[in-house]
Amino acid sequence: MIPLSWYLFLSAALFCIGLYGVLARKNAIAILLGVELMLNAVNINLVAFWRYLDPTQMGGQVFAIIVFAVAAAEVAVGLSLVISIYRTRGTVVADELDMMKW
Amino acid sequence: MATETLIWLVPLPPLLAFFLIVLFTNKSKALSHSIAVGAAFLSWLAAMLIFAAALGREHLGEDPFTSQINWLPTGDTFLKIGVMIDPLSAVVLFFVGWTVLMIFLYSVGYHNFGQPAGDHDHKGLPPHGATVTDEHGHKHTVLSIEPMYSRFFAFIGLFAFGMYTLVVSDNLLTLFVGWEIMGLCSYLLIGFWFAKPSARAAAIKAFMTTRVGDVFMLMGVAYLYSMTGTLSYRAIFYNEEVLHHLATTAAPLFGMSAAGLIGLLLFIGTVGKSAQWPLHIWLPDAMEGPTPVSAMIHAATMVSAGVYMVIRIFPLFTADWDHHSLTTTMSIIAFIGAFTAIFAATIAVAQNDIKKVLAYSTISQLGFMIAALGMGAYIAAAFHLVTHAFFKALLFLGSGSVIHGMEHGVMHTGDHHVDPQDMWNMGGLRKKMPITFWTFLIGGFALSGFPLVTAGFWSKDEILADAFAHGHWAILATLSIAALMTAFYTMRQITLTFFGEPRTKEAEHAHETPWTMTTPLVVLSVFAIGYGWLGIPEHFPGLGGIVPNWFHEFVGGTLIHHPEAVAFHWEPLAISLVVAFGGLGLGWVVYKDVKAGQPDPLEKPLGPLYPFLKNKWYFDEFYTYYVVGPMTWVSEVFTFQWMDRGVIDGIIHSVAQLAPAIGSFLRNWFDKPVVNELIGDGSAAVFQWLGHQLRFIQTGRLQAYLISAVATFLVVGAALYYFGF
Amino acid sequence: MGAQILFFLCAALILISAIMVVTVRNLIHAALWLIATLFGAALLYASLDASFIAVVQVVVYIGAIAIMFIFAVMLTRRELLIKTDQTNANWPLALGLSAVMLVALGYVIGGFGVTLNTTPAAIPAGVDPLTLLGKALLAPEAYVLPFEVASVLLLAAMVGAVYVAMNKK
Repeated sequence: MIPLSWYLFLSAALFCIGLYGVLARKNAIAILLGVELMLNAVNINLVAFWRYLDPTQMGGQVFAIIVFAVAAAEVAVGLSLVISIYRTRGTVVADELDMMKW
Repeated sequence: MATETLIWLVPLPPLLAFFLIVLFTNKSKALSHSIAVGAAFLSWLAAMLIFAAALGREHLGEDPFTSQINWLPTGDTFLKIGVMIDPLSAVVLFFVGWTVLMIFLYSVGYHNFGQPAGDHDHKGLPPHGATVTDEHGHKHTVLSIEPMYSRFFAFIGLFAFGMYTLVVSDNLLTLFVGWEIMGLCSYLLIGFWFAKPSARAAAIKAFMTTRVGDVFMLMGVAYLYSMTGTLSYRAIFYNEEVLHHLATTAAPLFGMSAAGLIGLLLFIGTVGKSAQWPLHIWLPDAMEGPTPVSAMIHAATMVSAGVYMVIRIFPLFTADWDHHSLTTTMSIIAFIGAFTAIFAATIAVAQNDIKKVLAYSTISQLGFMIAALGMGAYIAAAFHLVTHAFFKALLFLGSGSVIHGMEHGVMHTGDHHVDPQDMWNMGGLRKKMPITFWTFLIGGFALSGFPLVTAGFWSKDEILADAFAHGHWAILATLSIAALMTAFYTMRQITLTFFGEPRTKEAEHAHETPWTMTTPLVVLSVFAIGYGWLGIPEHFPGLGGIVPNWFHEFVGGTLIHHPEAVAFHWEPLAISLVVAFGGLGLGWVVYKDVKAGQPDPLEKPLGPLYPFLKNKWYFDEFYTYYVVGPMTWVSEVFTFQWMDRGVIDGIIHSVAQLAPAIGSFLRNWFDKPVVNELIGDGSAAVFQWLGHQLRFIQTGRLQAYLISAVATFLVVGAALYYFGF
Repeated sequence: MGAQILFFLCAALILISAIMVVTVRNLIHAALWLIATLFGAALLYASLDASFIAVVQVVVYIGAIAIMFIFAVMLTRRELLIKTDQTNANWPLALGLSAVMLVALGYVIGGFGVTLNTTPAAIPAGVDPLTLLGKALLAPEAYVLPFEVASVLLLAAMVGAVYVAMNKK
């Protein structure tokens, strides 16, 4: 059978790939894509723990659903901000949005 | 409906009104105020029903109305929130219900509902008046309606929600939530006329100053939670085991007990909220708020919340108290209260703005309550809290009515340089505004403690009696002098405003205000007199025992050990009589025939003291110089000029300086001490270099920040893991 | 054995397409690869008896969120045409940090050792996880409040998104 740790390693790997995307990608939309990967890694963890520890305690699944809702909210607001910034500044490159520098 | 359900519902109508007004009815002024007043009425109704139910319940102290729901699941347990009505919250709910309803009603009149829109009124500025043409073709200038009328009702609706939440809460966390909602509303209301720079500054000042207190309060809440694992009143303040545990655990600071330190931290929150010295500076400026209505919200209702919290935590800072000598925390509380009482009273004597006199009087009266709590007089403080809320609400609304009447006069003469709030421009208003005059007189006499009739007498007398009975002579002396001054400045205010002859044309043309403003005055003046009779001490000669001392019996039940009534003594009663009559008489004699243009009769005898008092002991200047100044210095000079400019230019300079420095070091290393050179130039250069390097961390790039955040997280995580946390 | 093969197939799908998401230049392709990742995760959920989550993953994540990305990419099209490097100057540092993070997480998970279950817990007879989930989401003594708060959050985010992205003339 599949030990729980395999799921955890998988989600750790997915998380780190997402982290790389967030840290390294230039395009703001691509950064948001990376965030989605990280959120999915969390969800895999939640569901796997739910299944392996106590399937009658629904906390794991419930939290996964709440993560869905939060992810949807985050994407909606994030993308609208990107579009709004694109409209005013003509760029979606995160590095060029440095109005707050020294 | 079960009373418990009703308690949950009390705060909701104003909140609903807030959202309805903001989202839907903003355009319609009539609809907005109907919703707001209707919501206030519903809350009032619920509050009165709950109060009646609380009266009908025997042993309410031991067996209060409570209801809890699970809020957030935290593992196996739940974070709970709940409501509770015990005797203390019942009486507070009673006065909050009445005052809030009266404020709402009064606001309708104060903001000139029914008057035409102004000719050139702007949002964010007080209305300037409108020109109307009557049927004979004459042009008149009349008061115009507030341009942001609906918004005002939305704000006070939210405010009422915060206050009700705070009162019905059964734990410190929801209390804090209500507390902060009110903080936000007071910011919004003080800055209501945001186009006035002074109002903006006052709003920021109020918000920042109370924030100082709130940070400490939050620390206190967190500390309490970490010690007991709960924030519920019943589980902490009605549980001797927990209290004893807290009182015997040593706190890490100042050698206090945990109970003492928590009490002190929470009390600092009150110092901010209830405008006690040294954080009192925001309240007088809050009078920039649009109206005496919002001023009154701050001064009579919100600041009471601070005192209410100290009454709530009373069992905490008196835990394991021997009822004899005061503990450290109690001494601090008593000192701050007594000092504030006399300090604010002295300032009130020299103010000319009718609202500012009341503002300082509020600070002073809150000081009375705080001092009473500091010396363990639980009932007396609670009693004064309630009576003060009634008569101070009455006074603020009365002053608003006076100002409104004066504005009418200003509109009539068209001379906008006359300040309608300056008492020296008034005089003789008793004939023009009879209802305002009589109700203001009642409120003023209650504030001065006019014997036997008014509520203020009974509550203030109880505080003095308590101080006398337990031998706190310093507090007794301070509070007595403060009470004398209270009576004096109250009479000064009444005399200048209502008696004598009108000192300006505007005062001659002042006009009584509409019924929406006078009705609240009449209702509140009933309480300003009648409420005192509920707390007449049992052994009071002649009157004691006719009406049972209901307040003592009822509110005393909130504590585990019912506090004993103090024995009757003649001395404090004599003091009360002397200070009340002395102050009132003195005020009348000094100010009864002040003529127009004459300086304040106090100016001469007080000499240099007068400007000192008039300028509020120069406290604002003190803070500007010693607190705001250094802060500005740090940001302007240290960070900006030294770190930024100094570093950019300095890198070139230091290179230039370093070379000759090294040269001269080589030349003079025999003559000059090595250390001097090293410290003088070497370390400076190192810091400059460091500063220059660090500056580039602030790239403004999101991902660069994220990278450093992740790196820090990894390093800290590794360290924690390594050291076995 | 069959379960293990399924797991490895899903894992390979997830990881490979995730790597493609963060490396391909064309953002439309990246969004499509994201859909592949999400689909792999959905398969994984289904194999874990979390059928509802699996369906929600497909409907909400793939159906709504990923499509929203594609729209956003199209609306900011000018950037797409620039076929320059799609990573910023710090990418080696980012790669290093991610690798360190992976090692650290692996170390932590490996440290759990034998305390982790090797087989899924048994689902008691007559218990339907889906029914339990429905009850848990709507029961007052369980998660109805967080659930409703999440709904309000989502609504607020939608309103905010419309407002922010609106073309204010």
